[in-house]
Amino acid sequence: MIEFTVNGRKRSADVEPEMPLLWVLRDVLDVKGPKYGCGIAQCGACTVHLNGEPVRSCSVPASAAAGQNVLTIEGLAQRGRMHPVQKAWIDHQVPQCGYCQSGQIMAAVALLKKNPNPSDRDIDAAMTNLCRCGTYARIRTAIHAAAQSMKPAKA
Amino acid sequence: MKTAFTPSRRKFLQQSAAIGGGLTFGFHVPEALAQRSDAPGAEMNAWVVIRPDDTVIIRYARAEMGQGSSTGLPMLVAEELECDWRKVRIEFVSTSEQLRRNRAWGSMATGGSRSIRDSQEYLRRAGATAREMLLAAAAQRWKVPGSECDAENGVIIHRPSRRRLRFGQVAQGASKLEPPGEVKLKDPRDWNLIGKSANRLDIPDKVTGKPLFGIDVQLPGMAYAAIAQCPVFRGRLRSVADERILGARGLIKVVKLEDAVAVVADNWWRANRMLKTLPIEWDAGPDGGASTASIREFVRFGLEDTSVPVARDEGDVEAAFAAAAKVIEAEYYAPFLNHAPLEPMNCTALVEGGRVEVWAPTQNAEATHATAAATAGVPLENVDVRLTHLGGGFGRRGFQDYTRQAVAIAKAVEGTPVKLLWSREEDMQHDYYRPMTLMRFKAGLDAAGNLTAWRIRDASHSILAGVRPQDIKEGVDRHALGGIVDLPYGVPNLRIEFAMRNSHVPVGFMRTVFHSQNPFMRECFVDEMAHAAGKDPYEFRRALLQAKPKDLGVLDAAAKASGWGSPLAAGAHRGIAVQDSHGSYAAAVFEVSVSGAGELDIRRVVVAVDPGHVVNPDSAEAQVQSCVAYGLTSVLWGEITLSQGRVEQSNFHDYRIMRLAEMPKNIEAVLVPSGGFWGGMGETPLAPLAPALCNAIFAATGKRIRSLPLSNQGLRLV
Ligand code: FES
Ligand code: FES
Repeated sequence: MIEFTVNGRKRSADVEPEMPLLWVLRDVLDVKGPKYGCGIAQCGACTVHLNGEPVRSCSVPASAAAGQNVLTIEGLAQRGRMHPVQKAWIDHQVPQCGYCQSGQIMAAVALLKKNPNPSDRDIDAAMTNLCRCGTYARIRTAIHAAAQSMKPAKA
Repeated sequence: MKTAFTPSRRKFLQQSAAIGGGLTFGFHVPEALAQRSDAPGAEMNAWVVIRPDDTVIIRYARAEMGQGSSTGLPMLVAEELECDWRKVRIEFVSTSEQLRRNRAWGSMATGGSRSIRDSQEYLRRAGATAREMLLAAAAQRWKVPGSECDAENGVIIHRPSRRRLRFGQVAQGASKLEPPGEVKLKDPRDWNLIGKSANRLDIPDKVTGKPLFGIDVQLPGMAYAAIAQCPVFRGRLRSVADERILGARGLIKVVKLEDAVAVVADNWWRANRMLKTLPIEWDAGPDGGASTASIREFVRFGLEDTSVPVARDEGDVEAAFAAAAKVIEAEYYAPFLNHAPLEPMNCTALVEGGRVEVWAPTQNAEATHATAAATAGVPLENVDVRLTHLGGGFGRRGFQDYTRQAVAIAKAVEGTPVKLLWSREEDMQHDYYRPMTLMRFKAGLDAAGNLTAWRIRDASHSILAGVRPQDIKEGVDRHALGGIVDLPYGVPNLRIEFAMRNSHVPVGFMRTVFHSQNPFMRECFVDEMAHAAGKDPYEFRRALLQAKPKDLGVLDAAAKASGWGSPLAAGAHRGIAVQDSHGSYAAAVFEVSVSGAGELDIRRVVVAVDPGHVVNPDSAEAQVQSCVAYGLTSVLWGEITLSQGRVEQSNFHDYRIMRLAEMPKNIEAVLVPSGGFWGGMGETPLAPLAPALCNAIFAATGKRIRSLPLSNQGLRLV
């Protein structure tokens, strides 16, 4: 039995220690936000935060999550309010098919946490998730916009 | 409609108790999110339902795969309905309803950029009809002539008395009235919604991780299937040593299909892991030795063959070549490509008591329905297909191989719903690929550099041969000749020949279809002609397009927006191309520089598009961006290769997809809708990209690109 916290809730799963976190989330705990795209850490559709760090959950064994904190897109909104990144994603109409977007948003949130004011180069380096629909231009714009909106108001 | 959608919840829960063990899942299917129909509403017609609280439900019968038509099509209805756009909700249509109501929703297929152009008329009519009924009901209630009433933003106003009634207040009565026989559609000048950017209705659910997709379908007691298909197309399953995994954790069943093995288990990862350990023997059949080189040679024979069908023969090309001041010849090649939507193929099915229920991300719901019925051996009336969002489609999801498999597997575990999911590896190696095509051109120019003769020989796989062979007339597949047989250029002597060369590799419709490779060949060769004629490639095209105002219009728009002819930064060069397709017109200009080491820098991309009318400009711009990413991925790296009859690529590490850092930063979508027609928007912008880029590379390097992808031509994106 592996126990960990998902979006602030204690969860447990009776699974093999090597079962990837992605499949524990999706098929055992019914957390469907993280998506399967490749299974080999190439596409990022499965991106979640493990103790605040973005990870590709298809390539993280369940055992590595034991006792840790997992945050998925479902846990991003706080008290019913969307995260500024989610809002920027709506303002700039980023998603097309939407399949990659949970992962994109989790990657962007992690980037902004580390680097509240990323340059284009920083975005290039951090946002390596695939989007087959080609929403990249809008992802970039939305990240810049979210960075602006997250700036603490000047006194 | 609601009852038709409600699955037998109790039954599922019983099953879940029986086989699910400790599973305590909620029940959610993606369509439920789209509906949220709690309050009853008054159905005005098949498309429009209005609730007492003024919520307007507009039904959607096509596939939402990212293109935005689940917003664009409702906009067409709402434009005529005069409802409050903020109160519009979308509801997906199911195929059993479609069948029961005698195809009330027209075609449910989504492909060929047809969603808007084929349905705009009946959708606008449905909105107008509902509006007239609401007006009539309000007029009756007020006992005033209908001509004194207007509908505006969800309210009916009696002009003389300024009295008002909300749609929700009169909808019940209105729905009982006889629909008017004739309705007048608005003049485009009076449109309020169409042509103005609207936020997409599906986006809020897509940024909050809602389970919208086929892969997210969750039914109580559901089992999961992973599949391995014969790696050589047309091969067969010989044997599988399934006793090896007997008693393995989570195993429910091993299902043998004619050309595949599926493992059904209590979660997908276990199913897939067991599948990988299964010793499977395949019968590769006669194609087990085929390679890219052998297939290319086989297709290329079509260029050499002395007798092939002729699609067009005008004037006398041979005489014109003999009289020409200059003759040029070239041969072009485009490889197989994989669609690679990010959501791999999947389908959930339940076979029970002679009925089949299917949840599928499909581009052709009625074909899914028919496939499910045929596979399960039940009448059409006993099937229902519920639509989900698609994690990309690009033409792949019109084919029903995954539906057939899912239903066959579900049949083997009757009473248990099964979600079949392909691994990325299966998806990569079992596509209906963009066809491999070769073309040879010969052109004659007179002393003044005018084009006098053009001969085109196309040797290609045919998609129609697999799906609609009756449409191939006298050996000529006009579909495969898209952009060639309907050449917009005026040329006095023209001969177009077609050699159909089908290998064992299955081929299918991939975004822009033959307009993904034919324009590359045609428009690069036109550039070769211009160069040979010593003329500017833009002016050379202009002269040949005098009888084609719409092609000319986008060509001019792209040239103007890009500043064609104006000085460029040091090292930068431009290329141009034009191509109509899917009822619309597009032209592109690329600005690039190429270093001596082959480092390609794409500095600017300008795409001009004339789709007649633009419904949602913001979505149209998104489609241009999407086409740039999809098109450039193909041009830069796209290639599916074969060895031993099987596809060599297996995942994104060896089938490269453009990433954010590689996306050109400077993309301009120039929308020039000229009105009077309705064209597609999801594919046309892609068509001129490859040739415009390759022509820019020629301008920069003097090297002609006649074979794709660019990664095989010593070029590397920086
Ligand atoms: S599914 Fe994890 S990176 Fe692609
Ligand atoms: S929005 Fe479709 S893959 Fe990114």
